[in-house]
Amino acid sequence: MALRSKRSLAGAEAAGAAAVAVPPKEAPGGKRSLAGWVYLLPSIAIFAIFVIYPFARTIITSFFATTPAGGLTQFIGLSNFITLFTDPLYTQAIANTLIYVVLTVPLTIVIALLLAVLTAQDLPGMGIFRTIFSATMGISVAAAAVFWNLLFNANSGVLNRIIEFFGGEGVGWLIDQNFALVSVSIISIWMNLGMAYLILLGAIKSIDDSYYESVDIVGGGFWYRLRRVTVPLISPSLFFVLTVTLISAFQSFGLIDMLTQGGPNNATVLLIYRLYRDAFVNFRIGSASAQGVILFIVIFAISYIQNKLTESKVTYQ
Amino acid sequence: MAKIVCKDLKKSYDGKTEVLAGINLEIQEGEFFILVGPSGCGKSTLLRIIAGLEGVSAGELIMDGKLANEMLPKDRNLTMVFQSYALYPHLSVRDNILFGLDVKKVAKDEQERRLAEAAELLGLTDYLDRKPRALSGGQRQRVALARSVCSQAPLCLMDEPLSNLDAKLRASMRVEIRRLQQRLGLTVVYVTHDQVEAMTMGDRIAVLSNGRIQQLGTPLELYNHPANEFVATFIGTPQMNMAIAEVQPEGLVLNDDVVVPLSAEDRAKLPAGTRWKVGFRPEQVYPATATSVHQVDVSVVSSEMMGNETLIFFNVGSELFTARWQGQHRVETGAALRVSLDPRYAHFFDVNTGALVRAAEDLDEQGARSTSVVDESLAARMEAAPAAPMA
Repeated sequence: MALRSKRSLAGAEAAGAAAVAVPPKEAPGGKRSLAGWVYLLPSIAIFAIFVIYPFARTIITSFFATTPAGGLTQFIGLSNFITLFTDPLYTQAIANTLIYVVLTVPLTIVIALLLAVLTAQDLPGMGIFRTIFSATMGISVAAAAVFWNLLFNANSGVLNRIIEFFGGEGVGWLIDQNFALVSVSIISIWMNLGMAYLILLGAIKSIDDSYYESVDIVGGGFWYRLRRVTVPLISPSLFFVLTVTLISAFQSFGLIDMLTQGGPNNATVLLIYRLYRDAFVNFRIGSASAQGVILFIVIFAISYIQNKLTESKVTYQ
Repeated sequence: MAKIVCKDLKKSYDGKTEVLAGINLEIQEGEFFILVGPSGCGKSTLLRIIAGLEGVSAGELIMDGKLANEMLPKDRNLTMVFQSYALYPHLSVRDNILFGLDVKKVAKDEQERRLAEAAELLGLTDYLDRKPRALSGGQRQRVALARSVCSQAPLCLMDEPLSNLDAKLRASMRVEIRRLQQRLGLTVVYVTHDQVEAMTMGDRIAVLSNGRIQQLGTPLELYNHPANEFVATFIGTPQMNMAIAEVQPEGLVLNDDVVVPLSAEDRAKLPAGTRWKVGFRPEQVYPATATSVHQVDVSVVSSEMMGNETLIFFNVGSELFTARWQGQHRVETGAALRVSLDPRYAHFFDVNTGALVRAAEDLDEQGARSTSVVDESLAARMEAAPAAPMA
């Protein structure tokens, strides 16, 4: 009796399955996932060779004493890290980097945003301004370093000439240790402006006109439009620009190397420049690896905090 | 006093082509005024000029008795519902509805009071904390309307507000917007390309084409006495059947193809030898009866059964004519059909200018006025009307 009812139940189930499920015509699971991995292989290989392996190797090396060629000689635990944090020049590099980030990131974004807002309207000749404001994207760091060096030249530079014309006293832009970091920051803001400007301009241009027309009808002014409409509606792009600018600020190298080489008196030594000098000038690979790990942790932590703080403010449409 | 007056209003963007070529109209206080026309006719431009979002090239715009050509949008005391609704994705429904009231310096408790009222009116009370993306199309539309209600401006401009909704929702929102307007006593200027919206919602309609008002009047004036061929074909679905017509000895010849026999009475009204454009509304192409004078034999091209009515298509010369019959009629493609094309129900237009020469006589098949008061005799007549016989 029980057996029969069970069988009939099974029969009903089979009938039900036949009625509902049409078996998909595709390869069984195992084969399918294998094919997937094969397709992924090239990018996995590149990623592994150029990112995962160097990254892992850096972490390992940071715990070792090394030969100038980077060979591991002896496990020394956290010694590399301890040495760094007791080195006043390294803590100065950390401070320099933080000052540099605080000087460059907010200003880059605020200036780029204002320029983008001002040039978002389609008026005759606006293309000229858009081209000028985004032009720094197409200028190499080397070229920029050369002509900013000329502008900043303490004796014959145009900037000092202007200051002197108005009765002021010239500034040793890149050679005065109180000014050098600010000077480099100015150039860096100028360099990064083009990219940030272009991304924000694109975002602003994609805002539907009716949002602004609604504001016109209630009578909101420039700041109201900016605060209530533009900024919230481009928040995903702002967030992107903020993240990218922040990370690239921590990794600024080219300008420093070409303009000041960390000087005067280590005033412009940033974390990445110090790392470069230890790795490729002094060949202290173990210490350089430890610095790489520290830099990674700092960038990771700041990006994470930034992400958490701005998360609720970003609205994706 | 008229709320809005346009005097010879012109708009041109490049100084050469006129988007609006001299608009003259008056919109009364409390009126539901419709601007209707095909895409590119200038209706949205006119609305945006009234809103102050576009400037005027020539002519005068007078609002509340004051010249408003240069007046800023915020000084015009109006609200606008956009086709896209203009709901801010980062703001909750509550903040979207209240948007702009802070600029107008409306006190917080007053804002709350208006919000509660508008949300109640539009059935949004349960959704106030949601973001717009979590709402359906109809609910978003309501939020946009609630924003207008909250501002308490006496004039509301609507730019194709229903075009993003599905047909069913559109029908119910039509009723809702109309009710809202009457309840709040708003003056509404409503832009649409949908002649059904125009006919069902408007107190008065302006039909625009090529930057000019083709006709201005109540929905039934437009339907029964279209000023020209454009209005005749634009208002009414399916659209009016048009043909070139001429009276000849054998009768009224349509498109040099179909001959409609004429009675002596008809001939007295229609001078021989003149050519017209003649238009028959589909619902006035009747099935011929034994006593029909104006019967014509045609061959059916196709038919559509809608359940409550049947559309039957046949050729008159090169033009496809539509007959719309009440009830369900099974008509085979290619079948011969005898229809009645009574010139009394036809509109006659000048063949060159398209201007109306003679409107259809205000009669239906029974000889009663086509617009009648609903009373018992009408009810009895409608019930007694036999199903149209098959050809």
